[in-house]
Amino acid sequence: MKLQKNKIMRNLTSIREEVPKKWYLFGVIITFLLFFLIWGGFSFIHIVDEVFLPTPNAVVLSLADSFGNPEFWGHIGISVYRVFMGFLLACVIGIPLGIMAGTFKFAESFILPMSEFIRYMPAAAFIPLIMVWAGIGETAKILVIFIGCFFQLILMVADDTNRVSKDLLYASYTLGANRMQVIFKVIIPALLPKLMTTLRLIMGWAWTYLVVAELVAANNGLGYFIMKAQRFLDTESIFVGIIVIGLLGLIIDRAFAIANKKLFPWVEGGN
Amino acid sequence: MVNIVQPKIVLDPVDIEIDISGLSKIYHTKNSTFQALEDVSLYVKNEEFVSILGPSGCGKSTILRILAGLEEATSGSVKVSGEEVHGPSVKRGMVFQSYTLFPWLTVRENIEFGLKLKGISPKERKNISDKYLELVGLERFSNSYGKELSGGMKQRVGIARSLANNPEVLLMDEPFGALDAQTKQSMQQLLLDIWKKEKTTIVFITHDIDESIFLSQRIYVMDARPGKIKEEINADLNLFRNGELVEVERFMKLKKHIIKLLKH
Repeated sequence: MKLQKNKIMRNLTSIREEVPKKWYLFGVIITFLLFFLIWGGFSFIHIVDEVFLPTPNAVVLSLADSFGNPEFWGHIGISVYRVFMGFLLACVIGIPLGIMAGTFKFAESFILPMSEFIRYMPAAAFIPLIMVWAGIGETAKILVIFIGCFFQLILMVADDTNRVSKDLLYASYTLGANRMQVIFKVIIPALLPKLMTTLRLIMGWAWTYLVVAELVAANNGLGYFIMKAQRFLDTESIFVGIIVIGLLGLIIDRAFAIANKKLFPWVEGGN
Repeated sequence: MVNIVQPKIVLDPVDIEIDISGLSKIYHTKNSTFQALEDVSLYVKNEEFVSILGPSGCGKSTILRILAGLEEATSGSVKVSGEEVHGPSVKRGMVFQSYTLFPWLTVRENIEFGLKLKGISPKERKNISDKYLELVGLERFSNSYGKELSGGMKQRVGIARSLANNPEVLLMDEPFGALDAQTKQSMQQLLLDIWKKEKTTIVFITHDIDESIFLSQRIYVMDARPGKIKEEINADLNLFRNGELVEVERFMKLKKHIIKLLKH
């Protein structure tokens, strides 16, 4: 009995080896339970005032309430719209530029140093400028997300492109490929799985910038919803807003992960 | 003492597939220059199997890469079938030490890659890939991806992929260097069988003395820093005749000679 226990411990603490699925699930459930337990503990026993920290069940009720409210769905809808528009715009322009920078050294000289420079300017700091330029309409919010994602995306795509094995390119040259064919038949297909992972990361950034944009200047959307709740000291709704953004992020992230697996079954070691 | 080093035979120029003369390669780095190759001259006859043997860093791979057109020579002339080499060409297939399968393509699609670029019809492509799948014994894996294959199998696909293009010369850059001893041996045998069947001219880079003697008809032994040809050795022995190991003595003599050469 003791021996078996030891063996289980040894297995659970082996470095970077698989553990049984049920033990993994156990870990996941325990952390979530613990999270709610601590949260509940603080709020139910009133260690922290309810105004600052609502009880978990109040938040769950408020969440259910919000989901029954069409206005809340409107907030979700407009936020998702902004995220996707900003993200897509960044992708449409950023991905080709990134691939160019990662493929041609000369193109790199135009694209990378500038992107490196702008990347360090916080996108949130552009908001006042964007409001001057583009007002406070949809364009402004989409622009904030775009600026936040675009330069980062270029750099990451360029890096992904650069990592495509040179031997793969040499091999295709000796098989008769010209430069165009090397780009479209070798570099891009080889790049795709990494690109998907990069997009997944950038999507996370897009959500961050969305909230930044909506907190500053909006009259709808999830960021605005949170902002409004703060004004009325409605902490429950703040929690609801944050949780919903988290859930949306999680759903999108999972979608990316599943797409990655389905689209690129050939990737070594899975995705 | 058996005369191992044979006098240079005067060749009919038509017979010469590869003709390298006075080849030098100098690399310039920020604050130094490095002479990788110095005045290398060698030839390879049509349908011949030649090895270039030398320690790591002797520039043997550089010769091959220049032959493939992947690098430019600093000076000297490199001719393949009478034409000066400028840039890569389908006429010169190459198998690399690292696995260069396109991982997003199946084994069959890998083999058909060059054919597709040439615009050969799907039906014709299938005929050709069928032939080479059989030649390297991978019929059962035609629809597998690279990640499902062992190292030896990956190199077999690499060989098939190059040969499917019907090159005049097959350049092999330590293709079995990363394989385990057993796989290496079976790959060497496979390569010899393929060579006998396909009659392709092969230039084979290796640092493995046994491998070079076993595979090739002639060996160029190289010296490092700067890389140059030390000696040309005739190694055309038939180790296996009717399944029997023969000429073992000559093999040993050649090996001893090469070991001595590499020491100095």
